[in-house]
Amino acid sequence: MKASTLRTLALLTALLIGAGFALVFFYAPNEADQGFIQKIFYLHVPLAIVALGGFVVGGIHAIRHLRSGDPVHDARSYVSIHASVIFGVAVLVTGAIWAKASWGKWWVWDEPTLVSFLIVFLLYCTYYPLRYAIEDRERQARYASVFAITAGAFVPLNFMAVRAAESLVHPRTFGTVDGGLPGDMWLAFLVCFAGIALLWVTLVSFELTAKRTSGQLSRLRRALDESADRAPAGTGVAGRIAPGGAGTR
Amino acid sequence: MNRRPPSTLAVVATVLAKDLRVELRTLQSVPAMLLFATTIFVIFRFGLDRTRLDGALAAGVLLVTILFAALLAINRIFVAEREQGGFEAIRLAPADGTALFFAKAAALLVYLVVLEAFALPVFWLFFLDSGSGLVPLLPVLLLLDAALAVTGALISPMATNSRARDLIGPLILLPLLVPAMIAAAGAGQHLLAAGGPSYEQYGTWLAVLGLYDLIFLLIGWAAFDFLIED
Repeated sequence: MKASTLRTLALLTALLIGAGFALVFFYAPNEADQGFIQKIFYLHVPLAIVALGGFVVGGIHAIRHLRSGDPVHDARSYVSIHASVIFGVAVLVTGAIWAKASWGKWWVWDEPTLVSFLIVFLLYCTYYPLRYAIEDRERQARYASVFAITAGAFVPLNFMAVRAAESLVHPRTFGTVDGGLPGDMWLAFLVCFAGIALLWVTLVSFELTAKRTSGQLSRLRRALDESADRAPAGTGVAGRIAPGGAGTR
Repeated sequence: MNRRPPSTLAVVATVLAKDLRVELRTLQSVPAMLLFATTIFVIFRFGLDRTRLDGALAAGVLLVTILFAALLAINRIFVAEREQGGFEAIRLAPADGTALFFAKAAALLVYLVVLEAFALPVFWLFFLDSGSGLVPLLPVLLLLDAALAVTGALISPMATNSRARDLIGPLILLPLLVPAMIAAAGAGQHLLAAGGPSYEQYGTWLAVLGLYDLIFLLIGWAAFDFLIED
């Protein structure tokens, strides 16, 4: 992606998140039950939805990678999952803060959505050790894609199982998203959601661009070394390269 | 000579028979699992400081023991293929590579059923007052075994072909198996309750386990080829 597009994307993200938070603090009313602390809802819930959506996007890119064999899709899958794991940390932290404020404990086991999210997060954390334990680049990409697809299918299954284990015990305290939310809260929520989603897109675009640029840089460096290799001996970088090593690619 | 390539089923049967024969001759997985499970029971007896168990605690001890014992077998199930060229052989043969997945899952299932045939009586002897909950628990355990076998056969080749072999398998499998453990424990805690088995949500949990098995079986079927091609 071009630098100007990235800049526009970043500015738009900052603008939307700024507008969303302005709406949250100055426009949306305090919730009757929980008061001011409920405002963390506008950060926590969009983060969680975007993180889960990002895992699904990672799985879809993984399917495309396996079908086409094109490493671009693997890079997209990796970066999607990477950004979502980072968002996942934020979800768990904001969730813990909300739990502490409304139930007096940093962690509660009878809130199925939180527990499900933790399990999904733990599974996706193992993506990194798996990926970096495989040296062969092509095999690494293939295995990572199979993992991303497996984990993508795991997400809904896990939410179902955890919900089934808890639904009889605990009422859905945060059932406010569906239906019960008044109009002004909805507006603030939607703007925040759009802002967070755009933040995810921006981060993913930046990382993909950085990856591609560093790939191009190392290709250029290799080409430079090769041409220096052909030049008379004793000049610059060629000395650092083992004989025959410059011939690859 | 003009011979047709063997059907997938024939390949599955051949590889499974090979695996079971190797296991019978070397006895390297199943006896270790039995010993491991018995030792874990003893450790739980002292770790929990209880001599009798019922309800959720009984189900938890039994299921966690089976899970850990299964990890032993899962870690080893593809080692021979890597060391002795089984992966290359199945690629070279005019056979469906997915057959290897089904054969390994079937072998794991057999190991786990043998493990349970031994571990359940031991568990009963060690911890239970009455074995009446164990019979309705059998379908639950069978579906759990299938879940362990299918996910194990899918994840194990990734772990076996990676640098950090014994680490990667359990690391991925433990979170992946949480829904299956939730379902099995949900059914088991009522079946092993102190006053005799009750069937609260029994059907729901069996359905969850069945769905889990089906989904990962389909994923393994669709994706396994990508794990063995090179």
